[in-house]
Amino acid sequence: MKVPLTWLKDYVDLSDLDIETLAKVMTMVGLEVGEIRLVGLPLPPGELHEFKYTGLSWPADKFIVARVDEVMPHPNADRLVLCRLNDGQEEIVVLTGAPNLYDYKGKGPLEQPLKVAYAREGSTLYDGHEPGHQLTTLKRMKIRGVESFSMICSEKELGISEAHEGVIILDDDAPTGMPLVDYMGDAVLDVDTLPNMVRDASVIGMAREIAAALGKTLQMPDATLEMKGPQLEGRAKIEIIDPELNSRFMLGLIEGAAQKPSPYWVRRRLNLSGMRPINALVDATNYVMLELGEPLHAFDYDILVNRAGGKVPTIITRTAKAGEKLTTLDGVEYELDPEMELVTDSAGALSLAGIMGGEESEINENTVNVLLEGASWNFINIRKTVSRLKINSEAAYRFSRGIHPALADLGVRLCLKRMREWAGGEIAEGLMDNYPNPPEDPVVELSATWVNDSLGTEIPAREIAGILECLEFECRVDGDLITVKTPPHRLDVHDGLIGRADLLEEVSRIYGYDKIPSRPLNQPLPPQRISQGMALEETVRDLLVNLGLQELIAYRMTSPEREARRFPPEYDGAWEEYLEIQNPITVERRVMRRSILATLLETLEYNYTFSPRLAVFEIGPVFHPVQGQQLPDEKMMLSIGMTGLREKPSWKNDAPEVLDFYDLKGVIEGLLAGLHVEGICYQAAQHPSLHPGKTAQVCIGGKVVGVMGELHPLVKANYELGDAPVYVAEFDLVKLLESARILFDVEPVPSYPPVFEDLAVVVDEAVTAADIEEVIRQGGGEYLAKVQMFDIFRGPQVGEGKKSLAFSLTYIAPDRTLTDKEVLKLRNKIVHLLGEKLNAELRS
Amino acid sequence: MADKAAELAKLEQIQAEALKVLADVAEEDALEAWRVAFLGRSSPVMAVFSSMKTMDQALRPVMGQAANKVRQALEAALAEKQDILKDEALVKALQTEQLDVTMPGRPVERGRLHPLTQVLRQITRIFGDMGFQVYRSPEVETDDYNFTYLNMPPYHPARDMWDTFYTKTDGVLLRTHTSPGQIRVMRERSPEPIRVILPGATMRYEQLSARSEIEFAQVEVLVVGEKVTFAELKGTLEDFARRLFGEEARTRLRPSHFPFTEPSAEMDVGCFVCGGKGCPVCKETGWLEILGCGMVHPVVLEYGGYDPAKYSGFAAGMGIDRSTLMRYRIDDIRHFRNNDIRFLRQF
Ligand SMILES: [Zn+2]
Repeated sequence: MKVPLTWLKDYVDLSDLDIETLAKVMTMVGLEVGEIRLVGLPLPPGELHEFKYTGLSWPADKFIVARVDEVMPHPNADRLVLCRLNDGQEEIVVLTGAPNLYDYKGKGPLEQPLKVAYAREGSTLYDGHEPGHQLTTLKRMKIRGVESFSMICSEKELGISEAHEGVIILDDDAPTGMPLVDYMGDAVLDVDTLPNMVRDASVIGMAREIAAALGKTLQMPDATLEMKGPQLEGRAKIEIIDPELNSRFMLGLIEGAAQKPSPYWVRRRLNLSGMRPINALVDATNYVMLELGEPLHAFDYDILVNRAGGKVPTIITRTAKAGEKLTTLDGVEYELDPEMELVTDSAGALSLAGIMGGEESEINENTVNVLLEGASWNFINIRKTVSRLKINSEAAYRFSRGIHPALADLGVRLCLKRMREWAGGEIAEGLMDNYPNPPEDPVVELSATWVNDSLGTEIPAREIAGILECLEFECRVDGDLITVKTPPHRLDVHDGLIGRADLLEEVSRIYGYDKIPSRPLNQPLPPQRISQGMALEETVRDLLVNLGLQELIAYRMTSPEREARRFPPEYDGAWEEYLEIQNPITVERRVMRRSILATLLETLEYNYTFSPRLAVFEIGPVFHPVQGQQLPDEKMMLSIGMTGLREKPSWKNDAPEVLDFYDLKGVIEGLLAGLHVEGICYQAAQHPSLHPGKTAQVCIGGKVVGVMGELHPLVKANYELGDAPVYVAEFDLVKLLESARILFDVEPVPSYPPVFEDLAVVVDEAVTAADIEEVIRQGGGEYLAKVQMFDIFRGPQVGEGKKSLAFSLTYIAPDRTLTDKEVLKLRNKIVHLLGEKLNAELRS
Repeated sequence: MADKAAELAKLEQIQAEALKVLADVAEEDALEAWRVAFLGRSSPVMAVFSSMKTMDQALRPVMGQAANKVRQALEAALAEKQDILKDEALVKALQTEQLDVTMPGRPVERGRLHPLTQVLRQITRIFGDMGFQVYRSPEVETDDYNFTYLNMPPYHPARDMWDTFYTKTDGVLLRTHTSPGQIRVMRERSPEPIRVILPGATMRYEQLSARSEIEFAQVEVLVVGEKVTFAELKGTLEDFARRLFGEEARTRLRPSHFPFTEPSAEMDVGCFVCGGKGCPVCKETGWLEILGCGMVHPVVLEYGGYDPAKYSGFAAGMGIDRSTLMRYRIDDIRHFRNNDIRFLRQF
């Protein structure tokens, strides 16, 4: 809410504070000030400001309240006038083109001189004819033969509103010669109202908090009414159908009011608060809503009488009937649901209760008799209607957060008083008040010990009560115990334990968070739990980073079409069951992902043009809906992708090779080694996303934990990727981590030298490296410490359908140096076994 | 005997000549040629040895000894010369072998953690030092856990604070904050004291822009026990802020509202971009909002299985994206999940 400083000052003495200090005080009690717009006042002193200031200052020697004594025609221009103006020091003739002065043209000296805002030569103000807020400085010039160096200002030129057509005509009592800043200099504080502080979506509400924080008294406006009109009783009726939805309904009547604008100071305040002034009657309802926080509604009384066929109108509050419709004052027709609360009469709906008035019964340019409604509505009902109809208003904003019914009375009184002051007329004797469901203002028992135990403070009981009393709570102190009654302007305080917490907030907020001490945590350390999985997950991240991979974090929200790209076009298993989002921001993100592979491939696609080598991974959940289970399974997955060059081209190697299957395998071997996994085996496998001949499943202890391989060429064609093949792997992270070993045996460093030997064998193509290694290990027994394949050869020398694989073998005995004879014996055994089991021949 | 004298003189002459030639040798090749010429198989000295067999019996020992002496002298001179040449070669090499040290190094690809992981780890470590353990809870949640148990019954005005993605499954939504984890951990641990942090992804219905994301990482802090005070909340979070943002970091707590805490506060840290003078990052205020916090609301304690008459606690929540954004002055929050390698590579 935007609140003008001068308005706040009506209710609390702020003469000893500059705006900066005030804004700080407000922020520190929960009225967070976002921006401060100067409308005349100078920037507060000091170099450092904690708020953003915008707007215009009016130096006291430049901007003056002046008096126009005569408006004379311009000799050469119909659309310009010359004003004989007195600025308190001298008489000046000022040129202006303001249409709202034409009426006074050529009428000789004015009987009632006009008060205006006058800017002297050299003033800097906003250009009234340029869009936005362009600063300009007044210089001496000739316009159509008449000298001009100063001006009578419009609201736009002074930064009050966007209005630039006419000049401001101030109220008649404005003192000529007074600096304008002293007369109406202001600053508008933009306050962010917290959801539980709707009581402070009003000038008085804010003033109350400020007064409490500063230890000052709140001055409430005078609401005594002079009721000189005939009795209201018998000229209208109120009927409340459901007191749960409408706990109070009040009416007041003013008759014979005039159609005229509000005084200038009222219009200025409304403008600064972001509301457009309409006329004195409408302005009064808006003014009181901003002032007190109680939205009011004004009906044209004559229209109501008319609708009642000339009889006494009966206002009935009820929920809508099926199919009932209402056209609101903004001209929109709404079809209403049966839960929606309405204000009606015998002829039908008048307004959406607490939200917006109807077009028909609204006060209009002919209204002279106003029936004023002040009511209280169930905030949940209002919220439902607002969200169902997607309608909003200042009234709905307040009523949907809960306004205390007690405010209706003060609201109606203040509004009638202001209508009479600003529009004339007489207030009918007596108000009508139907109040079937008054709320019980909670009484909470608060112990000072508990407050101090909760805050870590030592505030005496009397001081706690004093703080609450500043906020108008009624307190009774009995030793440590404070009995606190909630004031009848707020609905946010509960009773019992919750009420205690509500009051703790009030006490700490006004006492000042900055005065509460800071202490280290003084609580027993809870039992420490082991979370092996999460620790290992971090280990996996570290290992993959050490292996040269970049970690990714991708969106969880995607679309089935995007995910289907990870399969070949004709693949029919692609349409799986997804967790669907009801209100996605775009169809592209309407489900929760089932795989990380799809987003990973999108990342490769996005990046391949910028990066000759891509090696990436992501760890995160995928979401699988499960029958008969409310929440989906969130399965942690690891996905790896690699494509492009093995290293970046450089002067050392300007044409590096492209990454291949075995680069990916190397990464996975490194990862598994880092997790000290045992019993790993890689088996040729099939996967819809992968090349049928270049895919392996990774098994640990006989369980499949993941799959790796080259992306299927048809899948790759779904993405815009480079020529290089793409290698991906996907692991069930939980299964993978189950096989990780935290504790593992460390082999002793050998004391005796190893014996190395190479062995090249020729086998059929179908025989795998793993098959050969297994047989070699069988033959080598305990002394064979290491077997590593280091070469592969195919060609006429080894024959068609055959291949030669070379292995390097390392023999070690823990207790002695192996002799040549021993090694030879082992080698012969291996060769024999290879021949017997795999039909392998030793390659010479 | 004249023969003997002549032979010995000849040897001496050979030695003198050899040493004279050696003195002029300046290169490895020439030294090798010299070795072949004077110590090689067919060199004059070696010829003396090979002629031993045919030599007069009486001459043999004398000549043998003399030839040996010459050979040793020449070998010593050779060794000395070799050393000299090696030293000279080293000096020369050190003078001439110069790399262009400005040429680029051989590329080695470094892997990197995602910036959000890096910052989360930092936060986890700081809280870990204070005895906080990590607790993880689901990203897809029920309406009850996300709102109702956090003191936001249906149609509660505070629900407006979170624009929510609902799913087509009744009562299931994408969690708008990590706070539902508070209830889960409380229900699991009650009545033990609790000291945990809950990191994770959260989702909010927003229009994507440089400043607003639909998915972002948060970390929640929760302490529950008997007589946990606001003063401890303040102390703990101030310690945390100093460790994350530096010893000099100024902080302030200002009142705010969250339905699941009461009293509630927002913690601001002095803007580290402008030092408090005011800049676009801090919107000219000199302060940056880093986390929301407060004392756990009695309703939340109750839903979590802790009697609010006996237990109290505090909670805090911070956006990891936002604080990372501010720390590195990143212009666009969407960079984090777009995974542009040119962005990620900078961390
Ligand atoms: Zn800054």
